[in-house]
Amino acid sequence: MDRIEVSFILNGEAAKQSVPADARLLDMLRYDCDATGTKEGCGEGECGACTVLLDGLPVNSCLVPAFQVEGREIESVESTSAELAETMNAVGAAQCGACTPGIVMTTRWLAEHPDVLDQIPIRMFMAGNLCRCTGYDGVIEGVNRVLGRPGEEEV
Amino acid sequence: MEILIPKTLDEALALMAERGGELTPIAGGTDVLVSWHSREHESLKLLDLSRLGAELGSIRFSDEHLHLGALSTYWQAIDNAQVREEFPLLVAAAKEVGAIQIQTRGTWAGNIGNGSPAADGVPALLACDAVVVLSSKSETVEAPLHEFWTGYKQTVRQSDQLIVEIKVPRRDRDFQHWHKVGSRAAQAITKVGVAMAHDAEGWRIAANSVAPYVVRCRAVEKALDEGRKFGRPEDLEELLAADVAPIDDIRSTGEFRRKVLARIIYFGLAEPSIKPLADVGA
Ligand SMILES: Cc1cc2nc3c(=O)[nH]c(=O)nc-3n(C[C@H](O)[C@H](O)[C@H](O)COP(=O)(O)OP(=O)(O)OC[C@H]3O[C@@H](n4cnc5c(N)ncnc54)[C@H](O)[C@@H]3O)c2cc1C
Ligand code: FES
Ligand code: FES
Repeated sequence: MDRIEVSFILNGEAAKQSVPADARLLDMLRYDCDATGTKEGCGEGECGACTVLLDGLPVNSCLVPAFQVEGREIESVESTSAELAETMNAVGAAQCGACTPGIVMTTRWLAEHPDVLDQIPIRMFMAGNLCRCTGYDGVIEGVNRVLGRPGEEEV
Repeated sequence: MEILIPKTLDEALALMAERGGELTPIAGGTDVLVSWHSREHESLKLLDLSRLGAELGSIRFSDEHLHLGALSTYWQAIDNAQVREEFPLLVAAAKEVGAIQIQTRGTWAGNIGNGSPAADGVPALLACDAVVVLSSKSETVEAPLHEFWTGYKQTVRQSDQLIVEIKVPRRDRDFQHWHKVGSRAAQAITKVGVAMAHDAEGWRIAANSVAPYVVRCRAVEKALDEGRKFGRPEDLEELLAADVAPIDDIRSTGEFRRKVLARIIYFGLAEPSIKPLADVGA
């Protein structure tokens, strides 16, 4: 496979990598940038474990070809404050942790754009982050804590 | 795998003129990259559209149309206050395409280009009478979306053409309804879905996952245009037999789809999911 050169900004720092032409952003982060916090779950865009911010918007890095990242800004879970993860962990937002880096990234974006919730309820907004362990109540509670909102009514 | 990365639309169209037949355009990649592990990519020849944002990336309004640039995403529509106000049907559909991670990458043009019968953006665009703008190196032409498909994944797009824009007429729509049925409430592929609108030009009813491509339900539209009232969903089912041909597949059965489609339309007519502006008090 041919290789391509990609220059981009990762967590605020300029980066340059030579990767196989068919590499996905997820592969480049994990295998070339040593940023293994981002996880691969399904590799199909369904589970959200690979969520990163691309030019400030949440995307599934398993669906982004590395060649499209040239000149763009990426923020991965490594740049997220420990406080955010701790706030979520304290209320049972994680068990095995496979989904957690993605959930943390989606939550972080939501915390920076809380107006989105005028249009989309939290559970719907989090639908792109699958979790096989928690049954979601812990996740939603964690998101509410991070946003400083009262929790959901009992359902 | 070969990757071509034009920096301008002219360059992209020149490449399409030379090699369009063998190239796969890629916009947000949310269809092209699915199953990447198992997909044979050695022979893929991708034409990357992502650097054409300056020419194809915007959503804008002219006097008569909403213009969705070929690279504009669902999220750009959801995030645009004027689109939310004038095209709530498009926004309702956009919010149900996958989840946020798909909405930020997936494009309206990619939804059309992929041509899945289950596409959710397409019925909403059809109900709003959208027109696909196609460019080749030599000319730009327009194709009404309702004439775009000629069979399963068969379209009128020529091998040297790219979709450059989708135009949606600005009209007073006094009825709009959107309903998608999937296996769960969010991020699910549609088993059956419908987009409906009424304006001065008449009724538009478009349904997905019930035919080889997303279709308009002409018999039902005609009946409604003639002022027919439906007393029970079963009456709609009879008419729909002429419009749709749902199949049994891994996600559902033809019979379920036909029955549910009739009910979505029936109950939608009684209580549309999108309230007319006057009722909202806006
Ligand atoms: C997890 C997941 C959930 C999804 N959920 C939904 C859903 O709920 N509803 C739904 O409708 N879809 C869904 N999709 C499918 C997909 O997100 C949409 O179809 C999206 O609109 C595709 O846009 P894109 O820009 O990513 O397309 P791409 O993958 O870049 O391209 C798709 C196709 O269109 C062609 N194409 C793209 N742009 C052009 C152009 N300008 N001119 C000519 N051809 C072009 C490409 O060659 C390709 O064949 C989902 C996908 C995933 C992975
Ligand atoms: S690994 Fe990317 S969405 Fe599952
Ligand atoms: S904590 Fe195990 S998948 Fe979410």
